[in-house]
Amino acid sequence: MTESRFIRYLLLSVALLFLGLFLFVPLATVFTRALEKGGDVYWEAIRNPDTWSAIRLTVLASVIAVLLNLIFGVAAAWAIAKFDFIGKNILISLIDLPFAVSPVVSGLIYVLLFGLQGVWGPWLLEHNIKIIFAVPGIVLATTFVTFPFVARELIPLLQAQGTEEEEAAVVLGANGWQTFWKVTLPNMKWGLLYGLILTNARAMGEFGAVSVVSGHIRGETNTIPLHVEILYNEYNYAAAFAVASLLAALALVTLAIKSYVEWKSEL
Amino acid sequence: MSIDVKNLNKKFGAFVAVNNVSFHVKTGSLTAILGPSGSGKSTLLRIISGLETADSGEIHLTGAESTYQSVKDRNVGFVFQHYALFKHMTVAENIAFGLNVRKRNREETRERVQELLHLVQLEGLDKRYPSQLSGGQKQRVALARALAPRPQVLLLDEPFGALDAKVRDELREWITHLHKETNVTTLFVTHDQHEALEIADRILVMNKGSIEQEGTALDIFDHPASHFVAQFVGETNYIEASLCEPELVCWGSFKFSVNGYKMGDKIRIYFRPNDVYVSPTPETLQVKGVITETRFRGPLIELTLDIGEDKFITALIPKGVALASGYKKGEEVFLGITAFHSFRV
Repeated sequence: MTESRFIRYLLLSVALLFLGLFLFVPLATVFTRALEKGGDVYWEAIRNPDTWSAIRLTVLASVIAVLLNLIFGVAAAWAIAKFDFIGKNILISLIDLPFAVSPVVSGLIYVLLFGLQGVWGPWLLEHNIKIIFAVPGIVLATTFVTFPFVARELIPLLQAQGTEEEEAAVVLGANGWQTFWKVTLPNMKWGLLYGLILTNARAMGEFGAVSVVSGHIRGETNTIPLHVEILYNEYNYAAAFAVASLLAALALVTLAIKSYVEWKSEL
Repeated sequence: MSIDVKNLNKKFGAFVAVNNVSFHVKTGSLTAILGPSGSGKSTLLRIISGLETADSGEIHLTGAESTYQSVKDRNVGFVFQHYALFKHMTVAENIAFGLNVRKRNREETRERVQELLHLVQLEGLDKRYPSQLSGGQKQRVALARALAPRPQVLLLDEPFGALDAKVRDELREWITHLHKETNVTTLFVTHDQHEALEIADRILVMNKGSIEQEGTALDIFDHPASHFVAQFVGETNYIEASLCEPELVCWGSFKFSVNGYKMGDKIRIYFRPNDVYVSPTPETLQVKGVITETRFRGPLIELTLDIGEDKFITALIPKGVALASGYKKGEEVFLGITAFHSFRV
């Protein structure tokens, strides 16, 4: 490098200052505000039944979203990267749709479909199936907004790998299933894991779409982000930040796993 | 262990990749499909393996109809140009793959892997990963992997294409050796004529989806069956002319006896640089040329000769002869052509 020492340090300082102001300070604030009234208040906030319910719901929605995206994402990426078919470009665009659409609109779609005034509302009411303002709606909205993560991560990876190894496997006598488990899956495992981590992080942190379909029923249809908002609006800052610290901790864990996966996949 | 291909056709959209191809590969032979890129040779190989399906035609492996058999049931060995080794498996696991998917007994598989490691001279590297091997070693693992399930036939797609010249020469020699040892019917695709001429028992020359000629290296080199083969295989000169009298082609003061052409036909006369005879004195030679360039080619000297009408030809003569005659740039010489082939254009 030819840049002088001064320029290098200047660039580095600007980058660090920016990071510090916009990332580190807010993160530190979350934890200090969460713990400023002491550990007891913190634990009390976490152990509160409503908080527990929010945690359980968040985990449930995330697990389902991750599983669905695992299956759908792998299938879509596999189909797009390894085969040629009509409508392939349309499928790729559709996968990106949840990224392009505002989360609030994503939530509204489900209200318009399954809500009481919605397309299938009356039928659902007749059969006593609750989707909007209930758990299924939250799961649907969460899955929708996390739709692209796995597929988007895998498509370029699979395309770069081509189909030669799969061809080698079938010529050697492997059937489709064996080819997938022994060749394709091991080749994409780090990319897949990376996509799932991102899916999980987004699923747990999703606010907009879930907020529209949830109905904010305490102890029933509140996820962690919604619960934080309620506590905050009630001026219960210590509790709000305590619960928020869970999400912040999740972000840190995600970052750590993400770095590990990136490091592993480069080996 | 033989391969029979009958009236095979394959199109990609409007592009004809394989055009009514038929041939037979004898049990135990080492046959090359030689052709320029885009001639359909790789497609043909992939159809035989089952990786690609033909639009029409038949394939028989070891006498049995295989046209509609799935790839995995054909039991062919296939070696890809870029190896296609399984990156996440060790050398031993790669070689064992074809046996494991067929659920062979573990002991038997281990023995077979050792046997193949020995055959391809990679003993001791069984626990390495492909990324830790050189190009030549990777290609040998790919060969071992293809041979492990004892395939009926071995198909190689430009097997040395991705290797550098020196390793390529080594592997070329080694593969003839391997073929003698295993005696597996082998069909390989190449665009490199030296490769084909040097190691194959038989050569199929392909162009634009069709087989132009089939024969031994000697047949193809000395008796090209078409104008494409004449100019594609080996170095060659040509001049284009027509009959000046029945059964005689004239070009300047060159005269070539031919038969089977009509007056007015456009005829190309092909002759190899080593079939050009050069002398400093007229002897019985009628044609004059001027040396425009001399190039050192090891035991031979290559002369570029201006024979008039903006036509340049090359002649290859032994170095000793060239030195004794003292050929230099700008000098006038006399030449004759000792062997040629003619084709209607």
